[in-house]
Amino acid sequence: MAAKSIISRPVYGTLSPQPGKHHLFVADAEGALAISDMAAGAPAGFFSDAHVIFIPGHDGKHVATLEALKPAQFYQGHTFASALPRLKQTLANAHMGLRVYLSGTEGLIGQAMQAALEAGIDHTSIQTEHRGSLARRMQCVHCKGITENVTTQPATCAHCGLLLLVRDHYSRRIAAFQGVCINAEDRSEIPPIEEAFP
Amino acid sequence: MSTGTTKLDVVVSDVVPVNDLVTRFHFRRRDGELLPTFSGGAHVVVEMRDGGRTRLNPYSLMGSPLDTSEYTISVRRDDVGRGGSLFMHRNVRPGLEMVISYPVNLFSLDLRAKKHLMLAGGIGITPFMAQTAQLAAEGGNFELHYTCRTASLGTYADVLRERYDRRIRLYHDDREERIELDRLLSTQPLGTHLYVCGPAGMINWVRDRAAALGWPPETVHFEHFAAPQPGLPFDVTLAVSGKTIRVDEQQSLLEAIEAAGVDPPYLCRGGVCGQCETNVISHDGKFIHNDHWLSEEDHRSGCKIMPCVSRFEGKSLVLER
Ligand code: FES
Repeated sequence: MAAKSIISRPVYGTLSPQPGKHHLFVADAEGALAISDMAAGAPAGFFSDAHVIFIPGHDGKHVATLEALKPAQFYQGHTFASALPRLKQTLANAHMGLRVYLSGTEGLIGQAMQAALEAGIDHTSIQTEHRGSLARRMQCVHCKGITENVTTQPATCAHCGLLLLVRDHYSRRIAAFQGVCINAEDRSEIPPIEEAFP
Repeated sequence: MSTGTTKLDVVVSDVVPVNDLVTRFHFRRRDGELLPTFSGGAHVVVEMRDGGRTRLNPYSLMGSPLDTSEYTISVRRDDVGRGGSLFMHRNVRPGLEMVISYPVNLFSLDLRAKKHLMLAGGIGITPFMAQTAQLAAEGGNFELHYTCRTASLGTYADVLRERYDRRIRLYHDDREERIELDRLLSTQPLGTHLYVCGPAGMINWVRDRAAALGWPPETVHFEHFAAPQPGLPFDVTLAVSGKTIRVDEQQSLLEAIEAAGVDPPYLCRGGVCGQCETNVISHDGKFIHNDHWLSEEDHRSGCKIMPCVSRFEGKSLVLER
């Protein structure tokens, strides 16, 4: 689990069943395991009011695990972007009593939370659990472009090509960490690039 | 000086009977200036000089927050209470100079909400008078459900209906009209916040149902001014100030401490804000905790007391004050 370093850096918990009339799960890759772990302690019939939106990793694993929970609705997306319209539609039609659970990578949690916040849900009432890769979604503070799945420190901006220091400074509004040019004085200076967010 | 309770010198500019039980009081500043800005849900503590004793009662501001030329409160007469509301009804006349606290808001609107669902019972309508005025001015989305005993005791129900029409739903006990709470709570759009003010039973009912139906606690706001309950007299030693005092039957512990010349902090005087929390140094007897602030564990431990509403029965009590 990611350590808390500065205030804007999100902290994640462990999913636990909440009282509610409907339950919406959004997960990617190993986030599925957070759901099945939670299911072990959930009251009987819990998933009969549940809607699961799942984006499997490259290996395509864990789909069967989630289907076995027999949620009322199960949706599988290729990417978060392709699942987003469904997530937004679900939130737009929802009533108070819907509880939201997000699990998986930080990029998934952050972006799904963004949609939930827009729908009027307070971030403190959303259950989150980080699982799987530590890869970050990063915004370049210079060109504002967003680079997904950043695993190295420093990292190259996919838009303007600057070499960026990936900071712990997180924006909930854009669901991304801030990347700041690491060699602005002298571009030829290339610090060692390490795998920091495996 | 008590925390957050800076004083305002005011004069009573009008006293208006509203119905059999409720009277409205208007205050203006004695120096003619505007009063401090407040937000819907705020209250002031009104000081009453009743013979030799000073009563301090909190009342919600019910005027529009957009008009600070005067403050208005509505006081429901309680014939079996400790006498504050009777004092207001009997002794307060236009022209009387009084002292009130700055407004404090322990029941504010969460303006991030997409919709505000308000539930009022009886005189619990007063904070909503200000909140609805504030929201209406901002084009906010709200809906108010108001239960009262009879139509004639539906304080300001006509005013509200006139102002906001169908956004106001009325329920009269004598016609056996009841809020269909579960249905109401289950059909609110995502992003709704719930506000409830009324008798303790109503607040507990609404909070319980909301929690069971999946409303996160952050979305449920409530205000309950528990008037201090009378009880057996008891003696207290205040360790820091070195005084031993007696708390009368009709007096709260906080009032007795104040009467002894100690100026402890307070905001709500109703056992909800936490300001007056006081450590117990030693005790021999039992506490009668009437607050909604301390946890049950705190209550059991016997290490803390909220003197604005809680009492004690027994041989000795020493407080850190
Ligand atoms: S003054 Fe608020 S709890 Fe006592």
